[in-house]
Amino acid sequence: MSNGEPLLQIEDLEKHFPITRGIIFQKEIGRVRAVDGVSLHVNKGETLGVVGESGCGKSTMARCIMRLLTPTGGRIMFEGQDITTIRGDALFKVRRDMMMVFQDPYASLNPRKRVGAIVGEALEVHKMGTDAEIKRKVQELLDVVGLNPEHYNRFPHEFSGGQRQRIGVARALAVRPKLIVCDEPVSALDVSVQAQILNLLKRLQNEFDLTYVFIAHDLDVVRHISDRVAVMYLGKVVELGDGAQLYNRPLHPYAGALLSAVPIPNPNVARSRKPIVLEGDVPSPINPPSACRFHPRCPRFQQGTCDVEEPLLTEHDRGHQVACHFPLETWPMSDLRLEQGSVAAS
Amino acid sequence: MPLLDVIDLKTHFRTDDGIVHAVDGVSFRVDKGKTLAIVGESGSGKSVTCMTIMGLNDRRSTTSEGQALFKDRDLLQLPPDEMRKVRGSEISMIFQDPMTSLNPVYTIGNQLREAVMLHENVSKQVANRRALEMLKAVAIPRAETRLGDYPHQFSGGMRQRVMIAMALINNPDLLIADEPTTALDVTTQAQILKLMNQLRRDFDSAIILVTHDLGVVAETADDVLVMYAAKAAEVGGYEDLFYRPEHPYTWGLLNSLPRLAAEGADLKPIPGTPPSLLRPPSGCRFHLRCPYVFEPCIPEVPELLPVSDDDPDHKVACHLAHDFREREAHDLLHDLMAEQR
Repeated sequence: MSNGEPLLQIEDLEKHFPITRGIIFQKEIGRVRAVDGVSLHVNKGETLGVVGESGCGKSTMARCIMRLLTPTGGRIMFEGQDITTIRGDALFKVRRDMMMVFQDPYASLNPRKRVGAIVGEALEVHKMGTDAEIKRKVQELLDVVGLNPEHYNRFPHEFSGGQRQRIGVARALAVRPKLIVCDEPVSALDVSVQAQILNLLKRLQNEFDLTYVFIAHDLDVVRHISDRVAVMYLGKVVELGDGAQLYNRPLHPYAGALLSAVPIPNPNVARSRKPIVLEGDVPSPINPPSACRFHPRCPRFQQGTCDVEEPLLTEHDRGHQVACHFPLETWPMSDLRLEQGSVAAS
Repeated sequence: MPLLDVIDLKTHFRTDDGIVHAVDGVSFRVDKGKTLAIVGESGSGKSVTCMTIMGLNDRRSTTSEGQALFKDRDLLQLPPDEMRKVRGSEISMIFQDPMTSLNPVYTIGNQLREAVMLHENVSKQVANRRALEMLKAVAIPRAETRLGDYPHQFSGGMRQRVMIAMALINNPDLLIADEPTTALDVTTQAQILKLMNQLRRDFDSAIILVTHDLGVVAETADDVLVMYAAKAAEVGGYEDLFYRPEHPYTWGLLNSLPRLAAEGADLKPIPGTPPSLLRPPSGCRFHLRCPYVFEPCIPEVPELLPVSDDDPDHKVACHLAHDFREREAHDLLHDLMAEQR
């Protein structure tokens, strides 16, 4: 599917939100390190999935890529052009090539506008045709995403959740972008409708040669649609690999725990396995743990290594990268072997 | 004898647009120490079923019919003050959103104590001791100091643990959990499900688990009720539902799961969207989306009947012949279930 040429390249991306105190003289008293040094690339025509739990920085990263937020550090390259700090006309031009599909199909469509105006807005803004042409194009788009073109004059409230998400997809598709960033596009939908939208996204990718960054917390959904998957934890990428590598043979203990926490819709398999259940919650990104951020919850934690030295994302297998001092040797793994393995490794 | 026997439950809401038949003749039973999962998409009536059993619907706009027999009493006929005694002591409920179901201006200890002291005539000290025990049982670290904390000082997973502690503090016979893990991350979900299973064994209570996630059902349920558009489509043991499902809607649900799809293949979603309950379709409510629809489906409502004589607890509401359904389910799901990831 991909032809190897990176469309989007992110280097050391950082987005810190200041926490301030005081009304007139605002004093910074801390920082939320939402994204803290992420490097990724997305090839033309591929789908990069990003998974992680809430608060791991996946949405902040998406918003930085779209330049809805300005990063506090690092670089974003789109088609070889540095777009990290561009403004005005330059940004306006780049925006035509990247679009976003949002999570909540109820909140992301303006309830006072008709579907035609919502889908056609980007076309109008970018002056891509006369009113009549835009109307024709919008009707074509509605047809492409599986809606009735005659519903052009309806309001969002007249549609169901799945249909609204189709409108969101049509809107993103209107200006024929090269990259679409999907931020949890199906998590608000029921399973039967979710499957319809996933199929639609796949079909459109083939038809219009699209590149996706697909963000979701549902690992099964991400695997289904992605060529490569990045696992994020507290603002960092901890593991990156293609679907088979990551899902059949995870290396990072967090990726392993995440995979084994996903309920399996097959009772005999579900009831015979021994999942790795992590203790505690994801720590706050305001004061993230030192060195490896996963060390306070990690079953393979080794004092003197994991809490002292930060593991870097290194290549383990062809294209399979992991940031861990003691990656998993086999999969699946029992709790006992999990800990013994780390002792043996040290 | 079942702990809870629900017979032909109907709940209607009067709205400005007309009468919504949110639950339309649903029957099921929950046995002691077992978990019944109620599965369905949003708007299928699963939450309303629970709210009706608990008597929590708005009395002014709701009419309920049928019976919910719990320990020889019909919960739907109990006067409000009797029902209040049942709620929180014999039957308790956990809601979906742990962020909004705790009172933000009282401490956790205060809210846990209240649950005890409302139902039993005990001193504050005794209630406090019980609250502490319960917090420990749901594995909250430093429980002694956390009793004095307010809900905002807890994370989502922790709040859901507090909710579970509160629900179980009076040792109820039945726990109704309405999407208890939907708002949580997967690792937290795994912790909560493990906890609920363990507590069910320790306290020997029965659970009604409402969920839309078939994975959660596979992990925890003994029996499953599949609801579609306010009616029961299929009911049976968990193995029946996953390995021998007989309703086309159940097949559709299983086929929609990305987990079970073959590598690179398209998903096979159910076409269309769930119908409006203001004007539900005639006959079988699934007929507009069903690929197997034939003449009797449109005029005739299918009854929920046992699939065969040797399996009286596995029931399905479908006009198709049993032999055909069995063959079709086998063909459709053979690949899915053979796979062991």
